[in-house]
Amino acid sequence: MMDNNTLLAQTDRRLLAGREYRGASRIDGPLVYMRNTHPVGYGELVEVIAPDGGHRSGQVLDTSDEVVVVQVFEGTSGLTLPGTAMHFMGEPLTLGVSEQMLGRVMNGLGQSRDGAAMPHADAERDVNGSPVNPTAREYPRDFIQTGVSVIDCMTTLIQGQKLPIFSGNGLPHNQLAAQIVRQAKVRGGAGDFAIVFAAMGVKYDVARYFIDSFEQTGVLDNVAMFLSLADDPSIERTITPRTALTLAEHLAFDKGKQVLVIMTDMTNYCESLREISTLRGEIPSRKGYPGYLYSNLAELYERSGKIMGRSGSITQLPILTMPNDDIGHPIPDLTGYITEGQIVFERDMHGRGIYPPIACLPSLSRLMKDGIGEGMTRDDHPHLSNQLFASYSHVKDVRNLASVIGEEELTSLDHQYLEFGDFFEKKFVNQAFEEDRSIEQTLDLGWAALSHLPPEELQRLTDEEIEAHYDKG
Amino acid sequence: MQDRIVGQVKRVNGPVITVKGITDAMMMEMVRIGEQRLIGELVKLAGDEAILQVYEDATGIAPGDNVYGSGMPLSVELGPGLIGTIYDGIQRPLETLQKLGGVFINRGQNSPALDRKRTWVFEPCVTEGDTVSVGSTLGTVAENDNIIHKIMVPPVFTGHGDVEAKVVSIVPAGTYTVEDVVAVLALSDGSTEKVGMMQRWPIRVPRPVAERKPLVQPLITGQRVIDMLFPLAKGGTVAIPGGFGTGKTMTQHSIARWCDADIIVYIGCGERGNEMTDVLREFPNLVDPRTGRSLMERTILIANTSNMPVSAREASIYTGITMAEYYRDQGFHVAIMADSTSRWAEALRELSGRMEEMPAEEGFPAYLPTRIAEFYERAGFMKTLGGSEGSVSVIGAVSPPGGDFSEPVTQHTKRFVRCFWGLDRALASARHYPAISWLDSYSEYVGEVAPWWNDHSGGKWVEERQSIMELLQKEVRLQQIVKLVGPDALPDSQNFILAVCNLFKTAFLQQNAFDEIDRYCSIGKQIRMLQIILRYWDLGSAAISKGVPMAKITRLKVVQDITKMRFTVPNDDLDALDKLELQLERSMSQLGGLYDGQ
Repeated sequence: MMDNNTLLAQTDRRLLAGREYRGASRIDGPLVYMRNTHPVGYGELVEVIAPDGGHRSGQVLDTSDEVVVVQVFEGTSGLTLPGTAMHFMGEPLTLGVSEQMLGRVMNGLGQSRDGAAMPHADAERDVNGSPVNPTAREYPRDFIQTGVSVIDCMTTLIQGQKLPIFSGNGLPHNQLAAQIVRQAKVRGGAGDFAIVFAAMGVKYDVARYFIDSFEQTGVLDNVAMFLSLADDPSIERTITPRTALTLAEHLAFDKGKQVLVIMTDMTNYCESLREISTLRGEIPSRKGYPGYLYSNLAELYERSGKIMGRSGSITQLPILTMPNDDIGHPIPDLTGYITEGQIVFERDMHGRGIYPPIACLPSLSRLMKDGIGEGMTRDDHPHLSNQLFASYSHVKDVRNLASVIGEEELTSLDHQYLEFGDFFEKKFVNQAFEEDRSIEQTLDLGWAALSHLPPEELQRLTDEEIEAHYDKG
Repeated sequence: MQDRIVGQVKRVNGPVITVKGITDAMMMEMVRIGEQRLIGELVKLAGDEAILQVYEDATGIAPGDNVYGSGMPLSVELGPGLIGTIYDGIQRPLETLQKLGGVFINRGQNSPALDRKRTWVFEPCVTEGDTVSVGSTLGTVAENDNIIHKIMVPPVFTGHGDVEAKVVSIVPAGTYTVEDVVAVLALSDGSTEKVGMMQRWPIRVPRPVAERKPLVQPLITGQRVIDMLFPLAKGGTVAIPGGFGTGKTMTQHSIARWCDADIIVYIGCGERGNEMTDVLREFPNLVDPRTGRSLMERTILIANTSNMPVSAREASIYTGITMAEYYRDQGFHVAIMADSTSRWAEALRELSGRMEEMPAEEGFPAYLPTRIAEFYERAGFMKTLGGSEGSVSVIGAVSPPGGDFSEPVTQHTKRFVRCFWGLDRALASARHYPAISWLDSYSEYVGEVAPWWNDHSGGKWVEERQSIMELLQKEVRLQQIVKLVGPDALPDSQNFILAVCNLFKTAFLQQNAFDEIDRYCSIGKQIRMLQIILRYWDLGSAAISKGVPMAKITRLKVVQDITKMRFTVPNDDLDALDKLELQLERSMSQLGGLYDGQ
């Protein structure tokens, strides 16, 4: 039912797509302004040709009758106003996805970074993805054993979950991520697994650390790496996680693989968004970050989970460094509102030599309630973790009290709490980088910790559980 | 209808589109944009230009694309078939979309909210010649075994100046689709109006009522800390603010499951996809303790998750409350959960920013408080036009950035709600759930629902509630001393206050949402539990004044039983609680006896 004018306009646009325009009217940071073009669609892919003949990619950020604003992912250095040419491609930015991308190293746009030619694409996918219909999702409930006690027992990771690590500069978040990659297994089923690794603005050594660690574990052939390192243009970082997740979706939902996505460092991603937003003169919200930061992060984090009738899954493990260790900073704050829990690092624990330095109390896994207990981990797990949380939170109160009135003045019960706290941190939380504990070992250790307290204090456990596991000796 | 071109796209900036060459478009009109006919709403008119917000991803829209008017404001379809359905923010049925387009939500996809082919059994309750007015019931449809849906006269009198109409014809009992005409009404000017089972209502306009009634009935949630300490009235409004991980969604889910409303409208506004899936998978298998039917048979879900278009998120809470009002007009008590209103406010901020409006606090538009007030004012206990009584209670979650309650959304919300359940991070860290702080929270409904509670609890509810609140206040002051000098420095009489409050927190305030028994607490059980704890306080203090050491009291076996009564005593077994109280009295008198002679 289209009238002639519309039909004409549509045909025109298709014919005009790919036509070359030369001469930009303004260049500002990564943004190029082009006047007098045909009607260009919002979000269209743009091929930018630099004066030296090199090709770069860009995307339309704002389009109107008068001017089109294009962000150039590879940066604008070397471009000149008269010498810059553009082709508007008439379609959104896509990634050619293929299983063969496993084992390869690519840049943030999915172009080869290791020198070899890119494999033939199975399909072209819009990197922005589409939201999954909530009715089509399958609620994740399969327990992943990471072999790290404090995660397995207290903030259990579930297949299809998005569980970020809130860390700080100089804390061992990379080690923990590497350890999880090495040790993670789903009990009772291996599954075809793959790892998608997206690095945004991290240093080369960090990327190297991960490559080496994947190599040692022997999984390198199952890893697709998208690297946009610290010296690459910051604008490229805004597209890197989208590219990575587009491949992850293909691997999980078309190829049936269990995909673990590691994204580091989300803070750099957000900084890049702020940079572009500021350049465009948008009204900022908190700390200069754009008002749409929440929606934008949600577009990434929500691309995880499981879909009914498909065998694959996407589990996300984003890493972010909290600026100034502040969990109230907009980046960790908004992330925490979207993700299904968080693993929080604490500098004080790191200082005391505890690895992994995970602060249990602020850490949380929202999906663990349905993935633990009888038939999944062990029947006493839900109450045990609940009790450990409650008791450990009391330890903090006792320690505060002790620092005021002195340890000698404490009651004998409070002394027992201190002993429990020490055991919990040094024996239960603390473990070696190579140490892979089974869930049974972990839970037994939890009971060993609780056995420092009198049984009447264990109000979150049933009498039967205390009878069965409490160490009276 | 869709070929009425109202203008052409001039500029696209994310979900905000400028349109030029505007002819006869009206403010707040629903429009469709471009070849794909994406849904949008006209929010600003200036000269021959207009600003639209698009409810779908705007990728691919280019200057010059046509904009088509629909001739009506953004509206929802109301009629049988809403219950048990999951919609997105602009009332597209998500299950149907999945059947049509697969697991991802594609752009430009559309399907009517109410199934046009499904038939319903209509029972007329008027006859030819009867006089009816807006809101009168023409007939009923059993939407499911619980919900008798009333087919009401829609507001067809607009423009005629009439208040009444005559029924010219009414169909006999039988099966009809929502589009079939069930009645024809004659108006005074001789014209007739055909009425079907479905009506449309613009989402931003509150549905009319006869009058507002006082709020005197509590909304029973089965959550002890809420019902006993900070009760919400039917038709009331409450805000639940809390940082991430403090349990806003869990609290909302618990209320949606167990509260005694007839209908639940649950709006997932800018939240996680898996949370909606959780509700969708779990509710059909849970049983409503009052009706014995599946919880899904009283629930409407609206899912506009955080990654779905931001402008539809803005519309989602209006879509939800309009459906709630529709069921209220039929005489139901409806509870609406909005999780989270902060995401809605952020959607307003994002759209406002893109329209380059002058920001007020933290980038939020200056009209934020007005919009919040408008939303919460749609709650209330009403006498409907049809003459029955119904209510809409609004339970809004607020997600303050950094858990800081001084931010604009929390502050403005506090101005317009009368009940406040503040969630506390320290409690959540200690896994004390629900983490509703007994110090920050308040309810202005206590006085209004007190007569109801007193009638249902032997007349002492106000008094008992007051006693425990006083103890909790005393505990705060004592805790400050303990923090400085340690608990040993306090005399037993004061230490016992700490012990009782501790017991009250673990045995009463905490509630395990996953425990078969504890997840829902009947009012009878709540009242008895509180009475037992207060009895323990009375008897214990008396014993201490007689010289019994506190340690002897707290170590009594019966105290352990009291601590675990929330798990061990079933909701309807009040005898077990009577026995427990008797046991407590016996143990205490035995203990007191040992010290009597001395």
